Amino acid sequence: MSNELRINKNNFIDQTVRISFKFNGKKLFGFKGDTLASALLANDIHLVGRSFKYHRPRGIMTCGSEEPNAIVQIGSDPASTEPNVRATEIELYEGLEAFSQNCWPSVNFDVGGINNLLSPILPAGFYYKTFMWPASFWEKYEFFIRYSAGLGKSPTKADDDLYDHQYAHCDALVIGGGISGVISAKLAAEKGLDTILIDDKNFLGGSTIYQDEESFKINNANSNQWLAREIESLKSYKNLVIKSRTSLAAFHGYNYLLAREALTDHLSVHERKNKIRQRLWKIRAQKVIIASGSIERPLIFNNNDRPGIILSSSIKKYIDYFGVKTGNNISLFTNNDSAYETAISLSKSGVNVNVIIDIRENSDSNIVKEAQKLGIKILWGHTIVETNGYKRIKSFEAMKLSSDGGNIVGNKIKFNSDCIGISGGWTPMVHLYTQSGGKLQFKSNDNIFIPDETKTPSEQISVGSCNGDFELDDVVNNTIYNVKKFISLDKSSYDKINVNCSKESSKKNIWLLPSDKPLHKTKPFLDFQNDSTAKDVKLALREGFKSIEHVKRYTTTGMGTDQGKLSNMHALGIIADTTGTNMGELGTTTFRPPYTPLTFGTIVGRNVGKFFDHTRKTAIHNWHVDNKAEFENVGQWKRPWYFPKNGETMHEAVQRESKAARESAGILDASTLGKIDIQGSDASEFLNRVYTNAWSKLAIGKCRYGLMLNEDGMVYDDGVTTRLAENHYIMTTTTGGAANVLSKLEDYLQTEWPELDVYLTTVTDQYSTISICGPNSKNIIKKIIPDLNLSDENFPHMSFKDSKIDGVDCRIMRISFTGEHSYEINIQSNYANDVWKACMDAGKEFNITPYGTETMHLLRAEKGFIITGQDTDGTLTPSDLQMDWIISKKKYDFIGKRSLYRSDTIREDRKQLVGLLTDDPKEVLEEGAQLVEDINKEPVEMLGHVTSSYYSPNLNKSIALAIVKSGKKMKGKKLIVPMEEKNINVTITDTVFYDKENKRLNA
Amino acid sequence: MKNKYSIFSLIKNALSGHENWQRAWRDPEPKKEYDAIIVGGGGHGLATAYYLAKKHNMTNIAVVEKGWIGGGNTGRNTTIIRSNYLWDASAALYDHALKIWEGLSQELNYNVMFSQRGVMNLAHNLQDVRDLKRRTHANRLNGIDAVWLNTEEVKKFCPIINTSSNIRYPVLGGTLQKRAGTARHDAVAWGYARGADAMGVDIIQNCEVKGIKRIGDKVEGIETTKGFIKSKKIGVVAAGHSSVLANMAGIRLPLESKPLQALVSEPVKPIIDTVVMSNAVHAYVSQSDKGELVIGAGTDDYVSYTQKGSHNIAEGTLKAILELYPIFSRMKMLRQWGGIVDICPDASPILSKTQVKGLYFNCGWGTGGFKATPGSGDLFAHTIANDEPHKLNAAFNLNRFVSGDLVDEHGAAAVAH
Amino acid sequence: MFIINCPYCGKRDQVEFSCGGEAHIERPKQPTELSDDQWAEYLFMRKNIKGVQFERWNHTHGCRKWFNMVRDTSNDKIHATYKMGEKPPIK
Repeated sequence: MSNELRINKNNFIDQTVRISFKFNGKKLFGFKGDTLASALLANDIHLVGRSFKYHRPRGIMTCGSEEPNAIVQIGSDPASTEPNVRATEIELYEGLEAFSQNCWPSVNFDVGGINNLLSPILPAGFYYKTFMWPASFWEKYEFFIRYSAGLGKSPTKADDDLYDHQYAHCDALVIGGGISGVISAKLAAEKGLDTILIDDKNFLGGSTIYQDEESFKINNANSNQWLAREIESLKSYKNLVIKSRTSLAAFHGYNYLLAREALTDHLSVHERKNKIRQRLWKIRAQKVIIASGSIERPLIFNNNDRPGIILSSSIKKYIDYFGVKTGNNISLFTNNDSAYETAISLSKSGVNVNVIIDIRENSDSNIVKEAQKLGIKILWGHTIVETNGYKRIKSFEAMKLSSDGGNIVGNKIKFNSDCIGISGGWTPMVHLYTQSGGKLQFKSNDNIFIPDETKTPSEQISVGSCNGDFELDDVVNNTIYNVKKFISLDKSSYDKINVNCSKESSKKNIWLLPSDKPLHKTKPFLDFQNDSTAKDVKLALREGFKSIEHVKRYTTTGMGTDQGKLSNMHALGIIADTTGTNMGELGTTTFRPPYTPLTFGTIVGRNVGKFFDHTRKTAIHNWHVDNKAEFENVGQWKRPWYFPKNGETMHEAVQRESKAARESAGILDASTLGKIDIQGSDASEFLNRVYTNAWSKLAIGKCRYGLMLNEDGMVYDDGVTTRLAENHYIMTTTTGGAANVLSKLEDYLQTEWPELDVYLTTVTDQYSTISICGPNSKNIIKKIIPDLNLSDENFPHMSFKDSKIDGVDCRIMRISFTGEHSYEINIQSNYANDVWKACMDAGKEFNITPYGTETMHLLRAEKGFIITGQDTDGTLTPSDLQMDWIISKKKYDFIGKRSLYRSDTIREDRKQLVGLLTDDPKEVLEEGAQLVEDINKEPVEMLGHVTSSYYSPNLNKSIALAIVKSGKKMKGKKLIVPMEEKNINVTITDTVFYDKENKRLNA
Repeated sequence: MKNKYSIFSLIKNALSGHENWQRAWRDPEPKKEYDAIIVGGGGHGLATAYYLAKKHNMTNIAVVEKGWIGGGNTGRNTTIIRSNYLWDASAALYDHALKIWEGLSQELNYNVMFSQRGVMNLAHNLQDVRDLKRRTHANRLNGIDAVWLNTEEVKKFCPIINTSSNIRYPVLGGTLQKRAGTARHDAVAWGYARGADAMGVDIIQNCEVKGIKRIGDKVEGIETTKGFIKSKKIGVVAAGHSSVLANMAGIRLPLESKPLQALVSEPVKPIIDTVVMSNAVHAYVSQSDKGELVIGAGTDDYVSYTQKGSHNIAEGTLKAILELYPIFSRMKMLRQWGGIVDICPDASPILSKTQVKGLYFNCGWGTGGFKATPGSGDLFAHTIANDEPHKLNAAFNLNRFVSGDLVDEHGAAAVAH
Repeated sequence: MFIINCPYCGKRDQVEFSCGGEAHIERPKQPTELSDDQWAEYLFMRKNIKGVQFERWNHTHGCRKWFNMVRDTSNDKIHATYKMGEKPPIK
């Protein structure tokens, strides 16, 4: 470690604990409490990365989240590496490995640096003007553009870390733990409000906590000492929670805020194991106090981007907080008083302050006088016109400003310096305020945008420097006054506070500082990360891009990972100056969430992997697993798809299952179908209105199939509904449609037909359904329920019986989706698994065969039964499905009826459901394949498509369902299914392929 | 003619310090009367003006924009361009646009960075497979390049997708349209604006329409913040604000304007070289030339003109992204924003005359209008110039909501991006 | 993320609710008497107001009751909620 750059300071870091880390493979040391940036600076490393476009060497410029340059890749493990981490934000930990980004082969020698030489032909928007010839070459140009763009590298393996979410509800949320935030939190706590104070650092106090100056006194103590005592006093409030290392990411409407708490990123790698990495707090606050502070502005002058050029206030933090000298011969360049605090700190710490270049004519504030007393040289009314040093600032040249500030006069003065601190004033951090919907006003004497009190959403307030107060007395006094008013607090412990501070007496601002060279020969950077300069902004304006948003997008100013925290105000200022507009009228660009980049994993929390979505399993699921079922996802349900035996393929299994179901007995878990219990004196009338057919005359004990339409007349869902009693029905829906059907029915009941006495309850999960079909189904039921009379007279098709299995109530329904003689056992779900096993045992002698959805689909297709969602797509009416029989002619109205008589829905040449047989009976069509009549027609006219297609083992041939234009009239017609490799000839048939007379229902 | 953009003009201008570039477009005050006015200076509106001037010799026209051109959904979308739609009418419309995209940079002499890196649509359940295969077959017969990929081929084309069979909704395959891709959204608006301006079209920014004047069943002009502007033909291309303008003209539209969100990550070196969309696991992602992952989220279910959506929508989208790309867990969201999308009941657009003579609407593009920009402009220009739709936009008339002849793109895609 | 005052349950987070679109569009009592145009008006045409709008919401993950809301779509401010069948508290 380069000890000459460290001074002994132990208030905030622990210089007794040495931490080793690696930067670009080189082993280095820092101390506990360092950031990566402070540790690098202590090792005399300024050059950290290369810029986005010109690959210019760049160093650490700030000490916080606004850092545009010192962005590194952390770690090299493919699962845990992290790109684009700000060296200024990451706390040093044992084993930290960091790498420079966007440079090859190294940050010291970067081939991409050639772009800097080409920069004259790479102005803003150059890519819109070139790479167009020859047209086919764009992909090649783009390949290189893509490889030279980007910063760090994405991980390439799945993240092993855990992330978490937590909700918080509080009376008051204070954002920011600087002096105004600490005062606000204490006031809220004194009022008795449940208060949360959050701060993104590991240490409260903002910049005041190291402001150890005679010129800044609160109650006769130096401001830092006073604040330290205040922070200590916060601990006594039980109603105040302090969250450090927590960064407020987004401020949405209705005081809904998101904050990220970093839990392990500061720990050594081995301490992180099995801990949650980051937590996203979802906060609802009754009141929000924003105390987000302000950040220092750079100055815009020629070659203002060299490593070693650092914000003045950051230099102060590095020396006062971290005990790190950012150089041995430091100069300062400023337009305001705050650089003088830095000068005094440096001087007191034994660092040579070479010169202060101040663009102002003079200042007689106390802090300036104090600096002068220390013998620091000040060059008033000057500006820097040039800097030298490619990888580290070595020297600079200053010249005197003309009286109007627009030009330079006199001779160049050269200074040697290994570090320049720059200060262009302060920008209030109004990002969160505007995210919440607040509007800004422009305060011209400070050239800042601040919250407009009259246009602030209710239940929030901004205090401190984010509200435009920069002097210590204003910060303290206004915060106390405004917060007391905001939370209706009459008396507080701050009522006799006394603040004494140096006051700024002179102000001057020049957005773009002049140089002795013409502008186009200079490089005055605005957006350091994206390499956009003042020249680019002026070029954009010349080309007619006038709106701030146009300039931003054309020049990419403010679009880097710092989101323009350092550059936006200067861009606005230069636009205003160039176009002669008032900055207030220009407005700002939109500040978009998040305030600082937010890890995807944190946003998602635990909802990954097996928690991605619910998995619904039937009560018989484990049996299916034990019996080697393959599963199909149907909505959130897992349904057995088929049950392969002894290495069968799916085709083989389905053929076997289908045959067994027709020849002897098959068993299906049908529990996933939606079940809605419908009760009330108007239940029949209700069904009349929601289904296309009539229900009033359905006898108790009988079942009926129903089609449900959308109000636009298209088939929506279907299923069998059973009348259990005079005023009691149970409706079944499709598996995927269950929730939507229930919602839709409730909607109609509550909003259109509140007069109906009907109650709906979903019982899908409460009852399980076991369907047994095939010629031996009757024999199996007989074995399980010996005392049930199964004769066709007593228990005909489409009816149900209440019964008991081993003393447990159940409903047996004789309904069939396969065309076979079938029974459905409905039983409380907790008994279902046992009943299923009993059925398997009873059916053993009949070779009872469990089958899955694929066989179910095949069997119903043999019978021409539709599956809504597969054979329909939301564009088919019942008539299109050749189901005119199900539309009641007598009913005055039902959902969707009116839509069936519109000019388009009555057309006869609509697409209609038909059956298809392939000329080659072995040829199975692909579902989704299109149908055409004349393959040679240009453009080819598609008449429809195949919706369902199977090889039927029971018919020994391929069968399919399709929807075809004018299909009803096309029976017997030959069509072509054009596949990529060949055309397949098919004939249109009836939709029923098997047992057209329905004899097997009663077999 | 404006100065032509090329590498040579860049070098030439570099020599003079880039001081001599011409304005990309003028900043005129509105005239008293135009032959046609386009309301809305987004990509579609500017393209409409461009083609009115170029193909129909209507140069005495204006585009009025209440803010800055390209500032609405043109500058807020995820820039996906494809034409693999299900229905013939949609496929023809979007492929017409895609064909124009293929030569657009050259036509406009403005690099819109149309990048044909392919668009893949993933299937996650058996019905997805049927629907996507149906679309692929229809596309092929309609002359649109589309192929079906099995899971291994999906993995090969985009190796970072998690195609493990152990995830909640495994990838069962997908379709690929290689001609599809992305473009630079701002450049489209700027390129059309520059081209239209060069032919004499007045592009009037910061000019908000306050009223549409009708005399009987004919349109007469617009009241704006810059005064009354007369015209017998008014084409409204106002996306999320279409209903507001329709209301000024006393007509109603079958639209709802809802928030749609999108987000980008911090830029990284190339990691995904195509566009991948998934409807069932609702996520779609591509990587911009700058290196940002560009991710589209869904719409909220309520009407809002605030350009802000709910956090849970964005959270749900990232959840889906991490399901399919667990390697992105440590990537960071840089920016998140919202747009206002005008959605039709059948998820298809309206490019139509109205019952008011001389008043035309181009709206209802929902979540997927960017891809249609050149085609939409071309066809809308045709409709305005001839007072009759082109055959490619005939199906997208307003009367379909009366007759029932909808172009229902919900059928194949729950969300028609 | 709104806070919505369900008329039955009180204030709850927006994630518990779903929106059902424009309110006070009554389903025609005699659809068969309507022309195609009139039916289309009911089915599809919406005011889609920028400003104060009346709309239907459902407390989907709560009491499952439908109710009406008055909300300004230009700033998402909710002015009132009220039960189905009640007169709007604001004009």
